[in-house]
Amino acid sequence: MNAIIEYLKELFGGIKTLLTGMKVTGYYFVHPKEITTQQYPENRKTLKMFDRFKGEVSMPHDENNQHKCTACSICEINCPNGSIEVISRQVEKEDGKKKKELDTYIYKLSMCTFCGICIKVCPQDAIVFSQGFEHAVYNKEKLIKTLNKPGSSLKEKVKE
Amino acid sequence: MEEFITNSKGKQEEEYIVNMGPQHPSTHGVLRLKISLKGETVERIEPHCGYIHRGIEKMCERLTYQQIIHLTDRMDYLSAHINNEAVCLLVEDALQIEVPERVKYIRTILDELTRLASHQLWWCAFGMDLGALTTYFYGLRDREHILDIFEETTGARLLQSFNVPGGFMNDIHPNFIKRVKDFIVYFRKKLPEYDELLTGNVIMKERTNDIGILSLEDAISYGVTGPSGRGSGFACDVRKHHPYSAYDKVEFREVLYTKGDSFHRYKARVEEMWESMKIIEQLIDNIPEGDYAVKMKPIIKLPEGEYYQRVEAARGEFGVYVLSTGEKYPYRIKFRSPNFSNLSAINKIAAGFKIADLVAIGGSLDLVIPDIDR
Repeated sequence: MNAIIEYLKELFGGIKTLLTGMKVTGYYFVHPKEITTQQYPENRKTLKMFDRFKGEVSMPHDENNQHKCTACSICEINCPNGSIEVISRQVEKEDGKKKKELDTYIYKLSMCTFCGICIKVCPQDAIVFSQGFEHAVYNKEKLIKTLNKPGSSLKEKVKE
Repeated sequence: MEEFITNSKGKQEEEYIVNMGPQHPSTHGVLRLKISLKGETVERIEPHCGYIHRGIEKMCERLTYQQIIHLTDRMDYLSAHINNEAVCLLVEDALQIEVPERVKYIRTILDELTRLASHQLWWCAFGMDLGALTTYFYGLRDREHILDIFEETTGARLLQSFNVPGGFMNDIHPNFIKRVKDFIVYFRKKLPEYDELLTGNVIMKERTNDIGILSLEDAISYGVTGPSGRGSGFACDVRKHHPYSAYDKVEFREVLYTKGDSFHRYKARVEEMWESMKIIEQLIDNIPEGDYAVKMKPIIKLPEGEYYQRVEAARGEFGVYVLSTGEKYPYRIKFRSPNFSNLSAINKIAAGFKIADLVAIGGSLDLVIPDIDR
């Protein structure tokens, strides 16, 4: 007799625990407003990432197509993966002095681990993280990017 | 293990060798377990590592101390911030730099948030291993709030690389304190749901109670740390016994269970979530003003010698050993990853149980495979 009581106790106790769990799921079934899912591809236009989000390295240009990069290569030295390549050229100024200038700033997105060291060490704040996160492409070559726009030049420092 | 190989050649004919993994949904990664079966009972387990070996320790020998940090993210990716902190603490300790109080407080808060996020993911994956698919969505729903906090302050959801030797990359976001407070209020309401959904569940209890017993002696001799070790009664919490950052300023309980079965390992983790929330609540209102980083030299050179620093990661004791010759690169670096030691005890834990229990045991150990292979 005891065995039967034990068995029934176990059976109903088990059913009770299952119902406790179903109470939780049932609550959310009738309260759909508490569900926090984002409808991602549909909300693409309104979706805004956080300001500090590490999307990809980019070089901001102002309205005169000028950037701040002096081609000092500190970012290239500090990059742990070799995903940055700064190619510079020597330009002769009017006064006859030779000066290093940025030719191409190559950024290999496929090798980048988004550690953010390059942006931290940049003395000119010439590069920043942009918020784009949709990096999928069909061709691997498209992940090798040139950050400075064609025809861009170095922004002269404002004289005080 | 030699005995095992001779057995596989057919000396004991009734033994049956099965590979679990490298691709198996319940191993959460590329872990291969060579299981020797007798009927349905597990006789022996031989773990085969190395399927996701990236040679991080060797890579670190050609990286500066600032650059090493981003690789420690990629070992135990669920406690990325804690791993970062270990390297930073080591460098600060070696150079005898005192970081501001503000950094210590924020580090501790972020540590505990990482631990919460990690345990939430473990909880949902553990439920899924046992066949309760619902838990997966409930756990991830709450984890999303923590990831938002991380994303706003550090810029990344999982692999933050926010720590640098001497402090942080940035100061915390102005919304940080409010968001953390909101989250604690929110999660205090949601955590009892975890118990209702899974802890009391009869199927879960049947599948974990008295399954996979690890005795205290074995836990100590195999070096099983973290909640897995504390489920066996092994008082191994580094936060409590060797406090770092701001852990000496907070009060919390070291969660200890005695039985050492899968259920007690489970309970230890769920209890730890409550303790983590307590720690955050004690610190979040008292973050001191000050700098978020100490100005460091651009090239960090550690003085000649050996250094070791340990922290409590989400899965156990994480240690960094550095042998420096005074260069800007470490001569040798060794990571003591908690998962490798936890995995080593799996033969002791699972032998004698059914093969279906192995899934529950693996889930309760909470293995992260990239941390095993490094």
